[in-house]
Parts: sequence; structure tokens; C-alpha cells
Amino acid sequence: MATSAFGQARYPLVRPGVPLVFPRDHGAHPDFRTEWWYITGQVRDARGRAFGIQITFFRNRPGLQEESPSGFAPKQLLFAHAAIADPTHGKLRHDQRAARAGLGLAEVSPTTTAVHIDDWSLALEGERYRTRIAADTFTMELTFSATQPLVLQGDRGVSRKGPRPEQSSYYYSRPHLATTGTIAIDGKPASVQGVAWLDHEWSSEYLAPEAQGWDWVGLNFDDGGALMAFRIRLRDGGILWSGGSRRDPQGSVRVFAPHEVRFEPLRTWRSPRTGGVYPVAMRLRAGDASFDLDPLMDDQELDARPSVGTVYWEGAVRVRENGQPRGHGYLELTGYVRPLKL
Amino acid sequence: MTGRLLIGPILQHPGRSLLCVVAIALGVALGFAVQLINGSAISEFTRAAQTLAGKADVTVRGPRQGFDESIYVDLARRDGVALASPALEVDAKLPGREEPLRVIGLDVFRAGRLQPALFAEGADLLDSLRADTVFLSPAAMGWLGVKPGDTLTVQSGLARHGLHVAGALTGEASLGRVAVMDIGAAQTLFDRIGRVSRVDLRLASGVDVERFVAALDLAPGLTAERPRDAGTATDRMTRAYRVNLDVLALVALFTGGLLVFSTQALSVAQRRAQIALLRVLGCTRGQIAGLLLAEGLLLGIVGAALGLAGGLALARIAMEIVGADLGAGYFRGIAPVLRVSPVAALTFGGLGVVAAVVGSLGPALEAARAAPAAALKSGDDQRAFAALRPPWIGIACLGAGAAASALPPVDDLPVFGYLAIAALLMGTILSLPALTAFALARIPTAQRIPVALAIEQLRARPAQAALSLAAIVAAVGLSVSMAVMVSSFRTSVDAWLEAVLPADLYLRSSSGGDSAFFTESDQARIRDVPGIARIEFLRWQQVLLDPQRPRVTLLARDGVDLDAERRLPLIGPIASTDPSLPRAWLSEQTAAIYGFAPGQRIAVPLNGRLHEFVVAGIWRDYARQNGAVLIDRAIYTALADDRSANDAGMWLTAGTTSADVQSAIEAVTGKDAVEFATPGEIRAVSLSIFDRTFTVTYALEAAAVLIGLVGLSSAIGSQVLARRREFGMLRHVGVLRGQIARMLATEGFIVAAVGLLIGVALGFAMSLVLIHVVNRQSFHWGMQLHVPVAGLALFIAVMLMLSTITAVFAGRQAMAGDAVRAVKEDW
Repeated sequence: MATSAFGQARYPLVRPGVPLVFPRDHGAHPDFRTEWWYITGQVRDARGRAFGIQITFFRNRPGLQEESPSGFAPKQLLFAHAAIADPTHGKLRHDQRAARAGLGLAEVSPTTTAVHIDDWSLALEGERYRTRIAADTFTMELTFSATQPLVLQGDRGVSRKGPRPEQSSYYYSRPHLATTGTIAIDGKPASVQGVAWLDHEWSSEYLAPEAQGWDWVGLNFDDGGALMAFRIRLRDGGILWSGGSRRDPQGSVRVFAPHEVRFEPLRTWRSPRTGGVYPVAMRLRAGDASFDLDPLMDDQELDARPSVGTVYWEGAVRVRENGQPRGHGYLELTGYVRPLKL
Repeated sequence: MTGRLLIGPILQHPGRSLLCVVAIALGVALGFAVQLINGSAISEFTRAAQTLAGKADVTVRGPRQGFDESIYVDLARRDGVALASPALEVDAKLPGREEPLRVIGLDVFRAGRLQPALFAEGADLLDSLRADTVFLSPAAMGWLGVKPGDTLTVQSGLARHGLHVAGALTGEASLGRVAVMDIGAAQTLFDRIGRVSRVDLRLASGVDVERFVAALDLAPGLTAERPRDAGTATDRMTRAYRVNLDVLALVALFTGGLLVFSTQALSVAQRRAQIALLRVLGCTRGQIAGLLLAEGLLLGIVGAALGLAGGLALARIAMEIVGADLGAGYFRGIAPVLRVSPVAALTFGGLGVVAAVVGSLGPALEAARAAPAAALKSGDDQRAFAALRPPWIGIACLGAGAAASALPPVDDLPVFGYLAIAALLMGTILSLPALTAFALARIPTAQRIPVALAIEQLRARPAQAALSLAAIVAAVGLSVSMAVMVSSFRTSVDAWLEAVLPADLYLRSSSGGDSAFFTESDQARIRDVPGIARIEFLRWQQVLLDPQRPRVTLLARDGVDLDAERRLPLIGPIASTDPSLPRAWLSEQTAAIYGFAPGQRIAVPLNGRLHEFVVAGIWRDYARQNGAVLIDRAIYTALADDRSANDAGMWLTAGTTSADVQSAIEAVTGKDAVEFATPGEIRAVSLSIFDRTFTVTYALEAAAVLIGLVGLSSAIGSQVLARRREFGMLRHVGVLRGQIARMLATEGFIVAAVGLLIGVALGFAMSLVLIHVVNRQSFHWGMQLHVPVAGLALFIAVMLMLSTITAVFAGRQAMAGDAVRAVKEDW
């Protein structure tokens, strides 16, 4: 079996042709170096106020103390980020947690989606994801129900991230998750509903060493269609790799070749906190279509240096095609302050 | 004019004035230094504890060996807890170093939010998680002389491990000497899998900390405290020791005050006519008294200022040399910065001034009271010193002292013990006229003229003799009491060391710290070393008997229950005990502090559970002030599930030398991994530490003796001055100068002998209070009374000689004028 070395640990590599099996593959793959469950969505409260929401759980195997009998040995690290984009507030409310897995205080299941760090949790029950986030200035208690089958990204779930075959991830998405629940900001609870998107991705060699970061977008179209696109940027400003897929309302999926996906910045925003300059408005060309992405608000930068050591922009966007509103989604911009390291 | 009047007399006797100043300064310096050092250490200790606890509201602590990590999990999940940060603290042995290094194993993800000072800024997260990486505080780096990138070697069990120094902690210097590493790595490295030793808790906003702590219901052996209270417990721990030193400082001030008294009395006698003249010229009594008091005040202020400066210097030097605990071993691994406390400066400076002013009060009032007309004539001696109070006050004082010595401690301090000593001292001094009269009446009348004259002189004026005696009695009393106490203590410690060190050779894994130990297989291998006839292993750790008090030492020794009678320094008989319960042998301190008696039951927390023992006997212990509980190691191993050992005592087969066994064991354990000591070496080191601890008392004894002699000289000098007319008359009637000198020598000898007699008696009484009340109530240890007969006899002989010489010398000086003028003075 092909592996990748880091520290004393050997990591398995992503290999094409190994079919994903559910529900097993909803769970964690602790042998791989990195893994995440990534929920982004847009919701409205009863008064019609729009919010962007992001809930992410990361798993990392640092390859340290793997033989240790200690319950504290950091064999698996868990991180969680949560953010609410509230245009009336003007910037993200976000919080994060980090822990080593173990002792029941932070755990991740290898059999289904079930991960928690203290009182932050995400779990799949049947076809419904439930999350509870108790951040310092807000709480979220949300349910995400599947309304469509999941989308295997890339080649039957193996998504290439670079020119070398091992630069790949296992990757599936769950668009159009019907979202209901409560978010409370500064102790004031509000019932919300909306639409969300979940990505589950794991890999040992995600990002090539020469890469600077990536741009990613996941769009839920109002007609029931869904589109995912990404590109990996090089440190010299070039593009290492691109990819994506589009599922039409009838359910047929088209996978884009690298040359079929292009991101064109329309407008940039400079973070007053980190100095990062982000292309917060983009024109996305995917296949023969072209979409304009417009942020819900400019400042959706998330400083995750205390947990995973990076700063990124994770923002709710509105989608237009030929000037017409087509739906909502999330745009992710990484590596704009410093090269991203996983 | 007033200035000249004030300074003049002081300059007239520069030696005496200087001594007054020095005596006051000594007391002020000692008290101030003790306060400064302790205050700095406590504040440093508190700051270190607070830095360690970071933003935590509550710290839960367990025994040295740690507690089960499931308790941490329960705490982390408890309602009201916002964040729980576990830590495993180990005092790690560093090969080749006496003092251990505190290694703190932390969970970077939790401690990073709660105790950010414990992490290096900008450090790679992975470095905080590696198995073989440590971060050092700046103080630890300085102490060890290592820098980032170096390797630090620590000992765990008998094995050595090299750790990569990845960086410096950003925390303030107040952290002290610590190393931080991953908690999982620390559990593995130090063989403490599944254990943590503290949990810092941040509570959710709105949770009442007191109520939370009250509702915690922790497992036996665990405590919860607020980090800001950490210094309080330590402060309490050192309190008895400090109060002891403070009392010594007060004693120095008292003798200083006494010296001022006798100096001023002499000065007043010399200036009698001058003072009377001032009165005649229109000075009021108040002005005279004020002038003399101002002289005392001046001496006091100069003494206090010198004392404060000296105290500061003393504190600096003491902290450099012996550390912030004055050699008593309370603070480890912290390097305090001297913090000057204005309150302490005002307190001890003020006390110095008060001592001087009070000392000059008596002479000042006497001088003011004297009628100018009578005083202008020479030799108005009787009235001047007649003010000594009626004897019943002295007797009442002595009675009060005896009664106070029977009273229990106040808040763990022997307040009444110290009061008893003060009362005995004051009572004796106040009773001196009566006592002297009593003693002089019993001296047979002599044939030779100078001696007969001397005896008659003294009998006629017992009050004056008493005055000469005051200083000498106080000095001798204090010296004798301390000498008897220290000698009793030292003899008892010596005997105790003999009793507790019966083996031929001792082996220990580490003198400090808890990372080095002998595993079961190490023990088996050491047991097999040829030449060892018998070996007993010892395991020690700390257990909590009462959450309000410091932990006591738990000692588990092989075969205790079999040979307790022969091998323990037992006090009292062995209780016949319920055979169904295991037996515990308590140190004297444990029995006194917690109120246990033989036959009673005691619950000892081991491995998170309370185990019942029955108190089989009480043994004497001078090593562990917070108490110790000794149990058989077989019982300990079964109850605590801990088979390792720290120390061993070995009996060698005939013909085997310690060196043989030493090298054979080192072949098993590795060189430098263990320490060896013969009973003789341990005894020598222990006694030298003992002697060092008491250096300050020896210095005070010397000071007291000097002050006593100077006091005697002043008193005799002032009387000789007052009696010049008498000497003139004696010369006039044909008594030779030499005969007068012999008369004075005899007077000095008799006064000194009476003073020594009374002083020695007082000293014995005070030493009994020191031994049976002050030491028992402060430190809960008893000792056998041991009188250093030869030393005391020598001391008495030397004092007698010095006193006689002092008397002759003082008399000569005072008689220097010629006889005719002396008689003429009596117009």
C-alpha cells in the first residue's frame, strides 16, 4: 500500500478505484493525515434577516506519540471553527475549539459522522446532521436534512488536487441540506431556516508544497442544481490545478476538467486586521457557464491562528448568471495572508 | 543650644552611645530582614502560582503521585465549568544536580486558552506535542545554562532521557524554574500513565466560585483552592519559624532598650549637677525630661535607620546565600526578587525607636523629679535610683509568667509561651531589689577591710546593686535559656538521628524530586547484590489528611510492624490494636496537629480512596514539620497499588565494605543515578544544617553578653561617680587607693555572682518554657532537657571574671579625679 511519511508515521495515500462505502465513509478515516466535515449555508430568521453560517470540524493525525499508552497522547487532533456572517454586524462572529481526541472529551467516530470537542458537536442521525455549537458570543443548534443524494466529487469520489496522482483527496458533497434550528447571538435566540452544503474530504497529500492556497466555491442553485469548483494557486501566482462538478436539477453530474474552471477576481477587499487582500467578488467560469459571485458582506475573514494556525476568508455569496439571481453559496479563499499549510 | 545639649552627652560617651545604636540596629535589622525575605518569597510564590494557574478560578490538586485522570474528565464535564486544563507536575531529577526541576505536562489546547504564559510565542504547535520536547522558563534556562536547541537530560526511574529544548516560555520571570512539555509525553516519560496532579478550572460566567468549590465533593486526598490563596497556605507554613525569629529580634530590641536605660542612667548621674543648674536657670521638669527623652529618641532613630539599612543588606545576602527560606527548605525553585515593604520598615524601625525611648524614660523622669537644690550637691544617690517598684509587681509578673506557660497556643502560635518568657524576664528584673537584698543578707561578713567594706556597701544599697544587675541578669538569662534549649535540641536531634539511621549504608534515588525511583525489578536486582545481609526499601509520598492543612508525608518502609519497638524513636508505649486493621505509626507532629492518640483510628487517602488504620504508636520526628505517617510497605503496596521505592537502608555482611556494595549497586543502576550515604555522613550533614540554622541565635547570645557587660559597666560607673565623696572620705581616713580598688573589685564580683546566680536560674526557667511550650506549640516536637554543664560552667566563670574586671575598670575611670576635690564637692 502506498504511504506517505511524516514524522515517524506512515500515512495511506488516496488511490483511485477504491469505491466509497456508506455509511462507513461518513465516519472518520484516522489513518489519513487530514480530514474535514465542512458545513456552509445561508439562513433567514422570522424577520427575514439573512445570515451566513459555517461549522467545520477538522481531524488531523500529526504522527506523534503514536505508540504511547497515555490517554493524552496526541494521536488524533480535532479542531472546530464556527462562524456567523451577519451583515448588520459587518464582520464575522467566529470562535474555535481545538483538542486532542481522547478520554471522551473530544472524540471522532470511524463508523459515521459523529465528532465532538467538549460541547461542540456534529452528528449524522439517519439522513439528518445535527450540530450544537456553544461559542463565546453565540450558540447554534441546527439540523441539516438531506433532500438529494450526495455528490461524489472527481472520479467516483477521488478528487485530484495536483499533477501527481497522490495529490488527491477522497471527497463527497451534500448540497441542498434543508436547514432549521436556532441561532442565538449575545444570548438572543432566533429561529432560522435555510439551505446548507456539506463537504466531507480526507487525504494525506492534499496540498502540493509549491502551493500558496486555494479558492473554493459551493453553490446551491434555486432550481435544485449544485455546483462545486476549486483551484489551487501556486506561490508564484500561477494555477497548479482546478476542478469541480455541476449537477443539474434532474440529477446528472458533469465533472469539470482542470481547464474548464476559471476564477476571475472582480473586486478585492483588504483586511484591516491582517493586511490580507482577498478577491471577495469573483466571476466563475465552469464549463460553458459563467456566474458572478457577490459577497453577503466584505469582511468575512476568519482568523484561526489560535487553533489551526491559518487565516482565511470564508464567506456567504449570492450567485448571478447573466445578471439574474440564481442562488446562494459559500466562497472560500485561503493562503492570502501566508502560504497555507495543512 | 538645645542641639548642643542633645548631642554633647552622646558624644561624651561615643563608645556607649555607639553600642546603644548597634544594639537597637541589630534588633531592627534582624526583624526587618526576616520580614523582607519572607514577604518577597511569599509574594514570588503567589505570583508563580497565579501565573501557573493563569485565568483559572479554581485549582484542584492531588497528592505528589497524582490522581486518576478520570477525575479530570468528570471535572471538565461538570456543570458550570467552562474550561478544564489538566497538568501533571513532576519534580524531575536531573543527573548530577541536587535540586530537581519542576516539569509540567500540559495539554496545549486547554492550557493555551487558560494559561498562555506557559507557552512559547510563535512556537510550532507540533513542538508542543512531541514526546521528547520541552520548553523552559527563562529562570530554568539560566539555572541550567542551556538554550533552545540544546538537550536536557532528566532521570525517570533509574533511566535517563534526553529532551530537546525547543524554546523559552514567554511567561514572566515569576514562573520560577519550570519546564513545560506535553501531558501525554510526561505521563509516558515519568511512568504516570493515567494520572494527573492538578486541574485548573475556568468557571462559566455567573457561577459563584465559593459555592462551586463547596459543592465539589472531591475524592479523598484532593483539594480545591482559588489560585490567589496559594500564598496564604505557604505563609502559614513558614509562620511559626518566622515568629520565632521575630521574637529573637524583639529580644535584641529589649536588650538594646536596657542598654539605653543604663547608659542614660549613667549619663544622668554624671550630669546631675548640670541638670540641676538647668533647673535653677528656669528649665521646667518637662523640659529636662524632654531633653533626656530626645537623647534616647536620637539614639533610637539612628539605630533604627542603621538597622533598616542593615536589614536590607542582610536580606540580600541571606537570599543569595541560603535562599528565601533562610535555609529552612520551604521554597524551592523560585528565585524571588527582594521587595521592600514600607509596612515592615515602619514596624521594625518604629519598634527600634520605641525601645530606645522607653529605655531612656526611667532616667529622664528621675532626673526631672530631682529637687535642684539637693541635686546640686554631689552624691544625692539614694533618691536617684530608689524608684524601683515594690516587690509584689515582680512577684505578680513571675506568677503570670508561670501561669501563661500553661496556656494552649493561639491560632497555632505559642503566643502565651512568648508572653511567659517576657513576664519571667520582667518579673525577675522587677524583683531584683528584693532578691538582691535576700542574697546579700546571706553573705558572711569578711575580716579583710576592702571585702567587708564592699559587702556593707552593697547591703546598705540593694536597690543600686539591683540596678547594676538588671542588664547582666537579662543577658545571662537570655543566653542560658537559648544555650540550654539549643543544646537540648541538638542532643535530641543527635540521638534521634542515631535511632533512625540503624543501617550501615543508605541508598536513595533522588534527594529531591519525585521522578527518580526504584521499580520492582530494580529492587530485585539491588537485593541480589552480594554483600547485602538485609535491605529495607522505603517509599514516600504526600497525603492529605485535612484540606485546610499542608499535606503530611506518608512513609512506607519494609518491616515496620515487625520491629517498631526496637527501631522507631517511639514516645510512649505501643497501643494494643485491633488486629483486623492495619497499623499506622504517627510522628509527634501528626499526633499533635491532628489530635490523634494511640489506639484511635485514622483514615489515610491512598490511590483516591480512604483507608482506615489504627494508630499503633507515636514516634519522634525532627525532619517533617508538617507531620508524617509511617506504615508497613507491604500494606502500602497492597492498598496504593504502588510497588516502587525511593530509598533503601542496607545492612552489610561481615567483611563487606560500603565501597564494595556501592560499586556493585552502581553496576546495576548506572553511575550518578543514585546517591549513597553512610549514617555518619547523613548525621554530619544534618547537624551542620542544624548548626547553621541556629547561627543567628549564637550571634544574639554573644550580643546579649556584650550588652550585659556594657550595662554592668555603665551601672557601676554611675554609682562610683555618685560615691566619689565616699571614696574621698575613705582616702581621707587613710584607706589606700589599692584598697578602694579591691573594694570595688569585690563589689563587682559579688554583684556579678549574684547576677549570674539569678540569671542562670531565670535562664533555666525560660529554657523550660522554650522547650516545653514554645517549641512544642510552634513545631510540635518534643526534646529531652540537656544542660550543657561544662559549657555553662565556663560561661559563668568567664562572665564572673569579665564582670569583675568591668567593675574595677569602670570604678577606676570614675575615680580618676583626686580625693580632695571629691570631698570638696560637698559644699
